[in-house]
Amino acid sequence: MPGKLKVKIVAGRHLPVMDRASDLTDAFVEVKFGNTTFKTDVYPKSLNPQWNSEWFKFEVDDEELQDEPLQITVLDHDTYSANDAIGKVYIDIDPLLYSEAATVISGWFPIYDTIHGIRGEINVVVKVDLFNDLNRFRQSSCGVKFFCTTSIPKCYRAVVIHGFVEELVVNEDPEYQWIDRIRTPRASNEARQRLISLMSGELQRKIGLKVLEMRGNAVVGYLQCFDLEGESGLVVRAIGTACTLDKLSSTSAFLPACNSPSKEMKEIPFNEDPNPNTHSSGPSTPLKNQTYSFSPSKSYSRQSSSSDTDLSLTPKTGMGSGSAGKEGGPFKALLRQQTQSALEQREFPFFTLTSFPPGFLVHVGGVVSARSVKLLDRIHNPDEPETRDAWWAEIRQEIKSHAKALGCHAVVGYSESTSICEEVCILSASGTAAVLNPRFLQDGTMEGCLDQRIEETSPAGCGFCHIPYDELNMPFPAHLTYCYNCRKQKVPDVLFTTIDLPVEAMVIGKGCLIQARLCRLKKKAQAEANATVISNLLPFMEYEVHTQLMNKLKLRGMNALFGLRIQISVGENMLVGLASATGVYLTALPTPGGIQIAGKTPNDGTYEQHISHMQKKINDTIAKNKEIYEINPPEIPEEIIGSPIPEPRQRSKLLRSQSESSDEVTELDLSHGKKDAFVLEIDDTDAMEDVHSLLTDAPPPPGFYSCNTEIMPGINNWTPEIQMFTSVRVSRLSNITLTNQMLNKNFNDLCENLLKSLYFKLRSMIPCCLCHVNFTVALPEDELIQVAVTAVAITFDKNQALQTSKVPAEKSLQRASTDNEEQLQFPLELCSDPLASQPFSPAKEVLESASSHTGIPAAQRVASLDKASPLAEGHARHRSVPCSTNSTVTVVKMTPLSFIPGAKITKYLGIINMFFIRETTSLREEGGVSGFLHAFIAEVFAMVRAHVAALGGNAVVSYIMKQCVFMENPNKNQAQCLVNREGPTEEESTDTCKGRKECETGDGETEVRRD
Amino acid sequence: MTNDLDIFVGNTTLIDEEVYQLWLDGYSVSEAVSQRLRAGALEQPGAGPGAGPGAVLHSDTLDHYRTCHMLERLLHAPPKLAHQLLFQIPPERQAGLIQRYYAFDEPFVRELLGKKLSKGTKKDLDDVSAKTGITLKSCRRQFDNFKRVFKAVEELRGPLVDNIQQHFLLPDRLARDYAAIVFFANSRFETGKKKLQYLSFRDFAACAQHLIQHWTLGAVDSHVDDMDVDLDKEFLQELKELKVLVADKDLLDQHKSLVCTALRGKISVYNEMETNFKNLSRGLVNIACKLTHAKDLRDFFVDLVEKFIEPCKADRWPPSDMRLFLTQYTGSAHALDAFRHQALWDRYMNTVTACLLQMYHD
Repeated sequence: MPGKLKVKIVAGRHLPVMDRASDLTDAFVEVKFGNTTFKTDVYPKSLNPQWNSEWFKFEVDDEELQDEPLQITVLDHDTYSANDAIGKVYIDIDPLLYSEAATVISGWFPIYDTIHGIRGEINVVVKVDLFNDLNRFRQSSCGVKFFCTTSIPKCYRAVVIHGFVEELVVNEDPEYQWIDRIRTPRASNEARQRLISLMSGELQRKIGLKVLEMRGNAVVGYLQCFDLEGESGLVVRAIGTACTLDKLSSTSAFLPACNSPSKEMKEIPFNEDPNPNTHSSGPSTPLKNQTYSFSPSKSYSRQSSSSDTDLSLTPKTGMGSGSAGKEGGPFKALLRQQTQSALEQREFPFFTLTSFPPGFLVHVGGVVSARSVKLLDRIHNPDEPETRDAWWAEIRQEIKSHAKALGCHAVVGYSESTSICEEVCILSASGTAAVLNPRFLQDGTMEGCLDQRIEETSPAGCGFCHIPYDELNMPFPAHLTYCYNCRKQKVPDVLFTTIDLPVEAMVIGKGCLIQARLCRLKKKAQAEANATVISNLLPFMEYEVHTQLMNKLKLRGMNALFGLRIQISVGENMLVGLASATGVYLTALPTPGGIQIAGKTPNDGTYEQHISHMQKKINDTIAKNKEIYEINPPEIPEEIIGSPIPEPRQRSKLLRSQSESSDEVTELDLSHGKKDAFVLEIDDTDAMEDVHSLLTDAPPPPGFYSCNTEIMPGINNWTPEIQMFTSVRVSRLSNITLTNQMLNKNFNDLCENLLKSLYFKLRSMIPCCLCHVNFTVALPEDELIQVAVTAVAITFDKNQALQTSKVPAEKSLQRASTDNEEQLQFPLELCSDPLASQPFSPAKEVLESASSHTGIPAAQRVASLDKASPLAEGHARHRSVPCSTNSTVTVVKMTPLSFIPGAKITKYLGIINMFFIRETTSLREEGGVSGFLHAFIAEVFAMVRAHVAALGGNAVVSYIMKQCVFMENPNKNQAQCLVNREGPTEEESTDTCKGRKECETGDGETEVRRD
Repeated sequence: MTNDLDIFVGNTTLIDEEVYQLWLDGYSVSEAVSQRLRAGALEQPGAGPGAGPGAVLHSDTLDHYRTCHMLERLLHAPPKLAHQLLFQIPPERQAGLIQRYYAFDEPFVRELLGKKLSKGTKKDLDDVSAKTGITLKSCRRQFDNFKRVFKAVEELRGPLVDNIQQHFLLPDRLARDYAAIVFFANSRFETGKKKLQYLSFRDFAACAQHLIQHWTLGAVDSHVDDMDVDLDKEFLQELKELKVLVADKDLLDQHKSLVCTALRGKISVYNEMETNFKNLSRGLVNIACKLTHAKDLRDFFVDLVEKFIEPCKADRWPPSDMRLFLTQYTGSAHALDAFRHQALWDRYMNTVTACLLQMYHD
């Protein structure tokens, strides 16, 4: 019995009128935890009751503490009839179980009712006394920290990254139990809310146990999902990355020794390129113009499993990159061996993280993904969720083998998702195959800050682009060239990844959001037949999505995608695919060629004219895009190009950095002009449409940028104004005779218009960037497409940005200098930029680049964060609107990112987990479906903020909206809404704590009256 | 393809100033959209090229209207806005929202001044709307605002303006205006007569402020219920004592000669004044004596215009002369030995003087 939970009910305010006669309420409160319930006295005739109760004490074990939510019910006392419920508050007490997080939860919570929404507020104080328990066989995992952030949280240092943890729990959905027919909607909703809260608590505890088993102390990149499988049950599953984290208490925590020259010296010889000779071939190899068609870069493998109900389809996508294999020389082989051994012990060498400490990623192979179509059956025994476990294990196995095929031992940026329609379910997993630095993966191999050193197997900033697979034995045909940065190793022509842009990556210009959108009609079918139809369609969907992405990438003159996320949703009569990614121009990869259009019937004059007209339009678009995104790769002066490879390359590292300027340029390829133009064949009207649709994507209006990654490449002078938002649209496809083309156009318009609306809405924030733009598509009913977007708009300082872009000649110089300032503000995210500017940097900068080259330890960068914080704050103050302090409501900032510009995370308060269901019987009064959902989402935001404020936090980071489905049934006069979110919390430098939050939202039922 | 559902929810509640005003002005969504189109909203940065004309605006406008609609409930009790958790709005924005919600159109309130804030009046708002060109929706909102403020403060103790400020968080000037509206609605002064049409809301508001400050219960005792809303009955009763000024012939003559002596050569309309003195004085004193009757009290402003302002206007008194005359007229009464109600006289005349000066214009 190692814990005592204490709860005090202080007061209520703004309660609803429950007694029509007196226009007042006789309120009292029930406090329930587990099976114990306490009650306050009735506070008669008041809408602002002051209970000031005694401390209610619950003596419970810590397993229960982790699983159960504290349940507070506010009721109206009625002498003659049953007491009426006003509403409830569920408080997750998990944040109180960490030693270093919040010690008390105290504040105003909105009282929530599943029928009426928020009805007043209640002031509650919650405390937990934990007794130490040394029982080795305990079932609880108190103390394991959870972070939704997909990077190492800001005020921590990763000592060891242990790897993948996963768990799932299943249960029957109360909505489908027989009892649901006889109980009230409110009771049913509450049963569901409570069950899901319990299940996620249990899930978190079980994952925590696994982490403890691995000797970790935290889960980073924690991703929890709900599959509402309808009749067959309710699945709550989660994946994450187990880590051992160390708190960075202050600047002094960094060992000064780690920067000591002696250590550096030891490392340097090791870092020296071991096999200089291999490079001789590099510059001399002519890179031929090639017409490259994209199709072969993917391969589909189909598995037909023995079971009939088990239709499994797993297209694999591998986007190549990298060099190595034979070329890498002995060091690489050694590295590979180490990594292999470190990773092979694991069943799944997966990492849910999307950004890593510098040096962690050695090479990136490309995107790997797997999908599988399953038929759902009833979960018979909730304690044995083996079927679901087996399904996921199968998919993960597949991912692992794809990664192997790319010469990689690990998968990073890994995520899993499902799409369910009736009894068919598509399970998807995707990630980025990568070769990792083994030092982070093993216990005890890291000391001091050795772990944070950049592994200098290749120059920082391009190493991750080098292909990890064997050039002669490539898993798919790809077009390799020598790295444009180091000239030593091979790189692919494009790189697709699911991770964030690595901090050390060198980019030119800005990035942009690129989306591929696709609809496919599907015959209505039942069960197995349906699954077969879907399986047959999937490869074509994947192929087309990929084609679109590739075309759009080229159209923007870019050569790499980050944060790629492909979502395929299944509906009754169609499939929808939506891929979002952030395109960038990586300096290490070749300049993309243009797109060329080839007609099938070249002799027709007018046709040819048409074709050339289109070609011109495309070329113009590319030119315009290059301007918009400031993509202007450096022109190389002729004389330097002609000169032979200079000796310095083979000299030791220390010298290298000084000879950089002459070194880098020598091997640049002459043929970057029209090389390997992408050819689009226009052989029928479909293809024509495709080309047209390519050109319909409007660039964001001036002053706006957008990306779906954490930060926007090329923008680093953020100002502290942020606005997180959720926008939902449901579109009805009115035409009965739907064609694929019409569907595509409609879907495309839906997304484009949504984006346009967002830009318009946020126009007062210009210049600003929409970051972490996250689209979710669902097909709630026939002919309905629902798109939900959650993103954050962050303003940035235009002047600095302009200065950076204005004078291309001095660009690198200016950039470096602005970046230095910036580095003070956001060193961790932005330290890529000093590196990025380095290859072009003139002699002036040698000092700087030298230091970064010899491997600036990450610790140093972090240190600069602390030093810089006053500056950042000053900047923040300068721009932010003065906030009056007399307001009683704490301002809580929310963001899907892992940081808040201009603020420093001082403390993580933990995950908050919530699930809401909402239903109404007065849809008209609430303003129709839009009004209903609008109010509901606003309520959810409000409840998230209230929980954060009660924990003493003032911000939420890594907020994710994972699911948002709104269903409406006019025949039954019902509408249903389901939203699912999560995110952690943080706060600004002035206060002392930060929290994390994960919140899951609801599901509402609405009565719709139509005349 | 139609959008069944289209919403945008920000963590910080976004309200476009322009749309908020259109909503307050009572325009429908489509009217608001066309107004915004005309105002060139799409040319603003952020609209981007090729934004479907109206579609983006329509969606944006609908969304703001929905937000406004949800906010309205809270705006009815402004202190709630600061404590509620549903909308995260920076405090300075909150103040702006409240202020603009409670702002009113002067032509509209001019029509309503002195009328009972009853359902009947509300029913007749369409006439007011037609007359003023203000949308019926906006008229209703403004009417409801008046009524809400009226109901909230009519039974409260303490100064009217402070009460309004405290319960509705309004800026000082707006709170004063509401105090005037509440005062007029409570006392039901006649303001609609044709003779009074030349007076603006500002004129009446200024008069109301003088009346509240000097003639209500609150002017003598600050701890009474309704202190600022109801006139001091005792005072009105005592005013009958002033009758002596015109009833006693000697006193009237004496008063006249005092004033004439003081003003000789100082005002341009001396002769007219001299001729009219008895009429004017009788007018002012008679108004005072009749104020105990509810009907006459309501006609207070009508009487001031009929008995004093119109004769003066007919003789083309410059405002400065009127000021001099009224000062002398009030002051000279102190020199009348037989007249013993000096304090009462001052309390009456100072306020009447202030009102007359405010009302004396074209």
